[in-house]
Amino acid sequence: MPWSTMDTQRQEVSQFKARLWFALLLIVMLFAGLIARLVYLQIWQHQHYVTQSDDNRQQLQAIAPTRGLIYDTNGVLLAGNRASHSLTLIPEQLEGGRRGIDTTITNLAKVVTIDEDDIKRFKRRLNQPRRPYSPVALRFQMSPQEIAKITVNQHRFAGVRIVPTLVRYYPLDEGFVHALGYVGRINDRELAKIDGSNYSATHHIGKLGIERFYETELHGTVGHQTVETNARGRVLQVLERLDPVPGKDITLYLDAQLQQTAAQLLQGKRGAIVALDPKTGGVLAMASAPSYGANQFVTGISSANYKTLRNSDDLPLFNRALRGRYPPASTVKPVIALAGMDSGIVSRKFSLWDPGYYQLTEGGRLYRDWKEGGHGRVNMHKSIVESVDTYYYAIAHLMGNTPMTKYLAQFGLGQITIADQPEATQAVLPTKQWKRINRNASWFPGDSLNMGIGQGFLSATPTQLATMAMVLANKGQWHQIRMIKAMDDQPVTKVSDIGRKDPALPNNVSLKRSSDWKRIHNAMIDVMHGQRGTGRRSGANSSYKMAGKTGTAQVLGIKQDDTYDASKIAEKFRDHGLYIGWAPAKNPTIVIAVIIENGGGGSSAAAPLARKMFDARILGVQQEAHNDG
Amino acid sequence: MADFQRWAPEARKHLQQGPRLWVKLRLDPWLLVLLLAIMSFGLLVLYSGSGASEAAVQKQLVRYGVALLGMVMITQINLRKVQRWMPFLYVAGLLMLLAVLLFGVGAKGAQRWLAIPGLPRFQPAEIMKLVVPLTVAWYLASRPRPPHLIHVIIAMGLVVVPVLLIAKQPDLGTSLLIGSSGLFVIFFAGLLWRYVLAAIALGAAGFPVMWMGMREYQKQRVLTFLDPESDPLGAGWNIIQSKIAIGSGGINGKGWLQGTQSHLDFLPETHTDFIVAVLAEEFGLIGVCLLLTLYFLVLARGLIIAGYAAHPFDRMLAASLTLTFFVYVLVNVGMVSGLLPVVGVPLPLVSYGGTSAVTLMASLGLLMSIHARRPQPT
Repeated sequence: MPWSTMDTQRQEVSQFKARLWFALLLIVMLFAGLIARLVYLQIWQHQHYVTQSDDNRQQLQAIAPTRGLIYDTNGVLLAGNRASHSLTLIPEQLEGGRRGIDTTITNLAKVVTIDEDDIKRFKRRLNQPRRPYSPVALRFQMSPQEIAKITVNQHRFAGVRIVPTLVRYYPLDEGFVHALGYVGRINDRELAKIDGSNYSATHHIGKLGIERFYETELHGTVGHQTVETNARGRVLQVLERLDPVPGKDITLYLDAQLQQTAAQLLQGKRGAIVALDPKTGGVLAMASAPSYGANQFVTGISSANYKTLRNSDDLPLFNRALRGRYPPASTVKPVIALAGMDSGIVSRKFSLWDPGYYQLTEGGRLYRDWKEGGHGRVNMHKSIVESVDTYYYAIAHLMGNTPMTKYLAQFGLGQITIADQPEATQAVLPTKQWKRINRNASWFPGDSLNMGIGQGFLSATPTQLATMAMVLANKGQWHQIRMIKAMDDQPVTKVSDIGRKDPALPNNVSLKRSSDWKRIHNAMIDVMHGQRGTGRRSGANSSYKMAGKTGTAQVLGIKQDDTYDASKIAEKFRDHGLYIGWAPAKNPTIVIAVIIENGGGGSSAAAPLARKMFDARILGVQQEAHNDG
Repeated sequence: MADFQRWAPEARKHLQQGPRLWVKLRLDPWLLVLLLAIMSFGLLVLYSGSGASEAAVQKQLVRYGVALLGMVMITQINLRKVQRWMPFLYVAGLLMLLAVLLFGVGAKGAQRWLAIPGLPRFQPAEIMKLVVPLTVAWYLASRPRPPHLIHVIIAMGLVVVPVLLIAKQPDLGTSLLIGSSGLFVIFFAGLLWRYVLAAIALGAAGFPVMWMGMREYQKQRVLTFLDPESDPLGAGWNIIQSKIAIGSGGINGKGWLQGTQSHLDFLPETHTDFIVAVLAEEFGLIGVCLLLTLYFLVLARGLIIAGYAAHPFDRMLAASLTLTFFVYVLVNVGMVSGLLPVVGVPLPLVSYGGTSAVTLMASLGLLMSIHARRPQPT
């Protein structure tokens, strides 16, 4: 081997070794870099990553409280909770993540029914702020068959889950919705108002009636649990748990049987029945017809069904018992008579000759009585028993607006006295100022005449009329009108007992002469039991005495010299039949107001229904199913 | 000597028993012990990373057995005698890579496997991990060193062709490993520093061109690497979760089988590419440093073997194989700890999987073979 080659070789070897050293240096430096990185992550940033690791596996889950139950006065369940299965998606876990939502829905729709509405609502829920890996509901109330279909195909649907939840259920449903209201899914407007954290696991909220008014109490307080989950959100163990506080149970004065009787009596009619317990002011029955099923609103009514309800001419969604403003007609006569006597404007012995009409001035407009030819000589007693309009034209003319409105107000007209029905309206008790503001006119004597027979500007809701009857029956004694009887078995005598605001009630009515109560009561008893009483047919053959007053409200103004012929007038323009009353006449256990829209006269349309209610309450006689009365 | 043997045959046998076994099998005890240590530690982590699956551990044990057997067989080969077969092996490898592109099978959008009837399914790219450095070493061993530019260019060509074919499968990790193994050979052939620096500069300038040629998912990986938070539930998930696993492990770790990130499935690929995150989570900084130390000792031993090797072919090959082993460790740990983009490179001798274990052990077998045939000190 030549020296030069040897030299080159030696040089090459030393160069190679130098490069090995260089490689070693590189390895040491880069390993140092790796270790520096690990030190940074595992020591410097350790706490940060421990937190992240815990956040990963630990989730704070809200636990919905169980909604309080609603019972009737005898402990019959009116609103309960039952399991319902909803179909939910966890967007993060779908195949393709959030981008896979549409495909998943399309595939699901091949297995179970999912309509446009469901998808639209799902998208809306999806866009609300939510915790990652929390399920978003797509459909509710899955049938057992549908659940089975999904379960069988579960392997095809990553991130799709059937979630059981407790939802509201109204076992007696249809006849009760106007008394109880219902719950529905929380909408955006409600979402803005409620305490978000307390509702973080709740999907439903009271929309109407009792469910809405007592929402806070019925809802309860949310619970929380810290759970360990894996990456797919499956709960592996519960680390910590704070139980939710279930909502309070509410017992109502409502009597389920009486309520059902009322609902059945109203079947096929438009109208309302409100029955109160005169000793407490508790609502025994509150029915409005036509009605509708509440359960369909809980899980979301289909828009077609909702449209049908909303567009029906009979207004089934309208709560007539609380919001129907009807002319009270002759049912106000006892109070007008009391006003006349107690104010001293009308003598207790006042009587007049009734020719069948009344005139303010000679040759002026005729204010007709309902009976052609009149009732002859009429005193106060007869004016109530036979419901003589002429008598009230006369005393109303004598009184004018002020004493009448003052006394009617003492009986609760023109104000909301029911404590726990947020829908209630105050209707109209027209004062002079009211007319100036609303009609831009002054009060005319003719207005007083109309008001004297409960027509004209005066209007009242069935609840107000029942309240008026209660104060009459109680001889002026007021009670707070309310649905609630007890909360979690603690009696509630007024809603302020449970921290709610009591509605302002008029003072108890004290008459200058308390014997006037007796006069009125006797007249009202004779309405039912007297020979010429307008309600005598409904009062006949009873083992107990009752007191009442019929009313017939004109829907159509009748022109001068025209006679009223019911058969010729379209059904919608026929008179409303009204009735107020109580039973037994002495020491009553039920007061009632009945109104049947376009049902004709109060004695034929409304009083018979009241009698059936009295029988049901006092004798325990129940209405047969599907008996139209 | 003969007398001594005659008089004390037992004593001589006793004297030579230890070294003789190694020498006969041509194994390097240092590498073997380190290898077994890494594999044992790896199996411990693998058991946890596979979700306490004994079946996975058993399967891996069998693979290790096969790989060890392969390694022992390779050490028996005298490389210098077979190196003239390299061109044929190389061409055969290229043909197989072409076959993969044409008829290959695979999953997840990558076509990497060749299924020849009668043979087990295999990845030709894995074979090329050995064939490419061998071929380049063969080529440059018979050329003057430092290599002339023309030889460098041809050697580069030998590297680039299979690298591109593999990148097309696509398998970025393997093409990276093969490319670097070839470049290491050229480097250790004595490539002038100015060429090295020029190549680095060219590479930096060529990055935009490379970017254009990358597949969408490859671009995505790079983008995700630069900003993993941009897609925390999608492409960034792996990196975010592995960083959480490593960071939450701290110095001492959460304890064996106690890793929440891995056992609750937050961490992806816990028994394959991301297994070092399981190690870091459960055994902490101490555990990772232990493993890195073992790796470092393997690398040091490899460099020593390269230093002892006399023949240029042996030298270049030993150094290249050692540094390629280093690239495995660097890229895998760098990727899992969020220093490098996500590239499919396994953690050597620890990640679950047969193919890479066989190739790695084979390359260690080559190292041992080189060492067994080193010139003995006289």
